[in-house]
Amino acid sequence: MAWLRARPRLALLLLAALLIALPFLVGAGLGRSWVRVLDFVLIYALLAIGLNIVVGYAGLLDLGYIAFYALGAYLYAWLASPHFGLHLPFWAVLPLGAALAGLFGVLLGAPTLRLRGDYLAIVTLGFGEIIRIFMNNLNAPFNLTNGPQGMNLIDPVSVGGLAFEGQRQFLGLTVTGLHLYYYLFLAFTLLAIGVAMRLQDSRIGRAWAALREDEVAAAAMGINTRNVKLLAFAMGAMFGGLAGGLFAAFQGFISPESFNLWESILVLCMIVLGGMGNIPGVILGAVLLTVIPEALRYLGDLQRATLGHVAVDPSDLRMLLFGLSLVAMMLWRPAGLWPSRQRKREFASEDEHADLYDARA
Amino acid sequence: MSLLQIKGLKVAYGGIQAVRGIDLHVEEGELVTLIGANGAGKSSALKGIMGLAADGGDIRFAGERLHHQPTHAIAARGLALVPEGRGIFGRLTVLENLDMGAYLRRDKAGIQADLERVLGIFPRLAERSSQLAGTLSGGEQQMLAIARALMARPRLLLLDEPSMGLAPLMVQKIYETIAAIAREGVTLLLVEQNANLALQVSQRAYVLESGSITLEGPSAELAANSQVRAAYIGE
Repeated sequence: MAWLRARPRLALLLLAALLIALPFLVGAGLGRSWVRVLDFVLIYALLAIGLNIVVGYAGLLDLGYIAFYALGAYLYAWLASPHFGLHLPFWAVLPLGAALAGLFGVLLGAPTLRLRGDYLAIVTLGFGEIIRIFMNNLNAPFNLTNGPQGMNLIDPVSVGGLAFEGQRQFLGLTVTGLHLYYYLFLAFTLLAIGVAMRLQDSRIGRAWAALREDEVAAAAMGINTRNVKLLAFAMGAMFGGLAGGLFAAFQGFISPESFNLWESILVLCMIVLGGMGNIPGVILGAVLLTVIPEALRYLGDLQRATLGHVAVDPSDLRMLLFGLSLVAMMLWRPAGLWPSRQRKREFASEDEHADLYDARA
Repeated sequence: MSLLQIKGLKVAYGGIQAVRGIDLHVEEGELVTLIGANGAGKSSALKGIMGLAADGGDIRFAGERLHHQPTHAIAARGLALVPEGRGIFGRLTVLENLDMGAYLRRDKAGIQADLERVLGIFPRLAERSSQLAGTLSGGEQQMLAIARALMARPRLLLLDEPSMGLAPLMVQKIYETIAAIAREGVTLLLVEQNANLALQVSQRAYVLESGSITLEGPSAELAANSQVRAAYIGE
């Protein structure tokens, strides 16, 4: 790998080629269902990058993040499905979804400004559930969300008359809607990575870091802690809303089921597992926690082939392995699989803490 | 006109009155200290000035009212606080901490000059500039907190118990620096439990007892006062 490190331009080119070829390679090697998994990896990466702004950068523990995803998805369904007979184009609906989610981010942030840590976590958890329960029940007196049945026949994304569905031949390759969504999601993910990295290095990013470390000291430095907090909530929520819109178009169907507490926890796990605050780590977390549960499905087939029946349900195994891997992580890699420079040093320098009260200086 | 003029400052937490209406003033270029026992309300008074605790009374800084202003706006007026327990940003490097001190400033050249100045005052921080602040020793963290506050080029520096939790030798060192900073012309309001040292470096002093000021005057006089000696210096 050293020869690649010495040639960053070549490495970037190879990475780009790999990312472009990936859905075809995966499709040929593992089957089309894995291209779908790939699409979900990117949606979750978007979510994780967004939540990382709130939790990783600003240190505000948000357990209801999936609510913003839900808002983006439902707004997309309202404006581009037979439900209200509206069929706006995706490029008009996606920004609206992000804006709506951002607005709700501020609405959630404003009453929780004084809360920290566990207390904030509980309120955000409640917020996530409230949104889900609203979506579940708003089918009467006026049918806004179609309740637990969810909304279907949501318009797929279409660019210049090219709808992202069906399949067509291109350069001898079979290109399906799944492939097209992959490229669309990839573009949004790359954009999100760019924005998130810029934010981290900006004045706002430094203010978030100070806020995370010590709120009183941050205020004493002249940081408007209220605005900076609300901005973190709004920015994170916008990424969630965007991902939600993409999800609705991609699935063609949404229901409150897709936005439960487990999803919030899952996205948080991606961040913690990958390495909080560090974008490559967060993406690694999203990849692993999306791909591994899918891979575990094969264990069911394996059991059928060897034992003749399914002894342990793979979805139960999934939870077991999740728990085990998180415990193992906390023991051996507490900073995450791919931690940021700072967190790595923080966890590595425990022996240096010994001289914390050493005054021989 | 005093740089800082406080009349009837009250600070309460819930129903508990921590500061019961104190009058205090700090002139430009002075080093004034507020001494008192644990729980006398010293830190609360600083919090009240900085807009960090509910306050009543009249606070004027360079003639302008600070009352009911948010902390960041008070900082923008030129007050800097070295908080109790230092309040350093543990997971940022020493340099990043210092950089945060200059958060409100836009003059790059001035910030660079001040960075060199504070690293000159605290050479220890220069040695550790790329280290995480949380891994510094207690004394070094206190130095960092003071240096960070100086990076704001404050008109008034509020210091909250800089000697707290430090070994005697380190306390000595910190106080030498405080005296040096004062000699450079920075105006300071120093809150301290360690009355002996605080009275040595300061020009004027106030004694706070259960939220009220019981004595005030030139530090040398208070240091000679038998009541003060008995209560705070331990003789």
